[in-house]
Amino acid sequence: MSTEEVLKSKFPEDGLTFSEFRDNRRVVVPAAKLIPILSLLKSDLGFDMLAELTAVDYLEYEGATDRFGVIYVLLNNQTGERLVLKTFINDPSPTLPSVYSLWKSADWLEREVFDMFGITFTGHPDLRRILTPDEFTAHPLRKDYPLKGRGERHNFPIVVRSDG
Amino acid sequence: MPFEVSDLAEMDAPEKEYLWTLNFGPQHPATHTTLRLVLTLDGETVINAVPHIGYLHSGFEKLGEHLDFNQYVTIVDRMNYISPLANEIAWHHAVEKLLGIEITPRCKYLRTILAELMRLHDHLLNVGTTGLDLGAFTAFLYAFYQREKIYDIVESASGQRFHTSYTRVGGVMFDVNKAWVEKIREFLKGFMPVHAEVHRLLTRNRIFIDRIKGVGYLSAEDAINMGVTGPLARASGVLRDLRKDEPYLAYADLDFKVIASKDGDCYARYLVRMQEMLESVKIIQQCLDNIPEGPVNIDAATHIVPPAKPSVYRSIEGLIQHFEVMMPNRGYDTPREEIYAATESPNGELGYYIVGDGTPRAYRARTRPPSYIHFAIFPHIIKGHQLSDVVAVLGSLNIIAAELDR
Repeated sequence: MSTEEVLKSKFPEDGLTFSEFRDNRRVVVPAAKLIPILSLLKSDLGFDMLAELTAVDYLEYEGATDRFGVIYVLLNNQTGERLVLKTFINDPSPTLPSVYSLWKSADWLEREVFDMFGITFTGHPDLRRILTPDEFTAHPLRKDYPLKGRGERHNFPIVVRSDG
Repeated sequence: MPFEVSDLAEMDAPEKEYLWTLNFGPQHPATHTTLRLVLTLDGETVINAVPHIGYLHSGFEKLGEHLDFNQYVTIVDRMNYISPLANEIAWHHAVEKLLGIEITPRCKYLRTILAELMRLHDHLLNVGTTGLDLGAFTAFLYAFYQREKIYDIVESASGQRFHTSYTRVGGVMFDVNKAWVEKIREFLKGFMPVHAEVHRLLTRNRIFIDRIKGVGYLSAEDAINMGVTGPLARASGVLRDLRKDEPYLAYADLDFKVIASKDGDCYARYLVRMQEMLESVKIIQQCLDNIPEGPVNIDAATHIVPPAKPSVYRSIEGLIQHFEVMMPNRGYDTPREEIYAATESPNGELGYYIVGDGTPRAYRARTRPPSYIHFAIFPHIIKGHQLSDVVAVLGSLNIIAAELDR
């Protein structure tokens, strides 16, 4: 049975949407069923690598109904099969369960999504900002954050030699 | 035998006071770029390592949402600046997949040659600096002299040594000529003896082996679970190479081997890189022998690439078409779709996730940087090693901070 058929038979009532574009095979899953589906993909269908985890802010995307899409690119190292899995979450507090317990590569990838989009991953062992400084308050890759920033650069605390 | 960290777990706080903290970086010659490690040491044994990154974060992905597909190539250049053309090829590979463009056979071969030259370029730097960090200076000089020659080759193709911005959607900036092909043949002739020389200097060097053999061990299961790809994963016995598994460009026509090892330590990584260079030379030679004639860009009727110069200068249709491509308020339609496309960069799987919204700008241009994923494994593989091994392990991971922080 193909991956799609297995998912359909195991989760018949969750409205999984399958699609294909070029060579990408994609599935959209509800956020509530994310962990059961990913665990199944890992344990039964051999997707042993989380190649990529990222997010998209659909705030300005024409016709989009949800605010954030979180994308998981899974890879089966035995067969070379790839699956692009997507789930949608919304304001005011976008939260998803962490997949660190399944794939350790999620560690920094989830931290980056948290830093850049403000999406919280519950159960992550060390969810801190990673690319921006700790005192930074915004989430720069959100579409409502301006390209030039909000003056963080100008107001950045300067340490002078005599303080150090 | 590495020190077992679990031995320390039962100790209570007062007894741990003898542990001390060392700041490694952000300015340290062995980090090569700007990254910081906070090491917890017991004598000279590393108990814990916490990487702090982001010193070079400059919002590349945000810029990618404001520049069009051709403009953004100047930014991806600056991610992994050790192999800039590999980034460009990966970026336009993803864009062309989104647009559904099939590039010409000549362009495929040309890009393959450049991608493999970049692999040589990157591995030469890594092998050279690994030696340098461990006190072997000569190999570094040999490697850098060869890298300089690759810069010359790239310069005669694109006009730039470093940040070339050479690829375009549907082709490349300029075509190359026969003299360029001869220049690469000349380079490869000189490269083989130097490669053998570096082998003689390092591979059986007692000091070098003592420093890196058995250091920084990564098992195949951990490599897969932590998302490690490229030479690092292959050194741990994960037989995966996108050039073979998901062939792109001209790789399906070419004969080459995937180099792997079972040892998973720094020495295995060094050997895999050395051997991969020979495979790259093989690939380049095959490409040079078989490089097809014909146009290097796709048909100008697609309105994606500018038309040939004679038609721009001598016909009004050509001139209009040129402006249609160049003006920022025109451009072409893109599908309202999303795509993930990856190539095998010298460091591992370099992927792009692009969201198209109908304009020639990406709505979201996400990079999957191999350095970022590889640096995350560093705390796991350094625990229990000596302080001096930090340099060896860091060198073998080949972290490029500009790609790490973007």
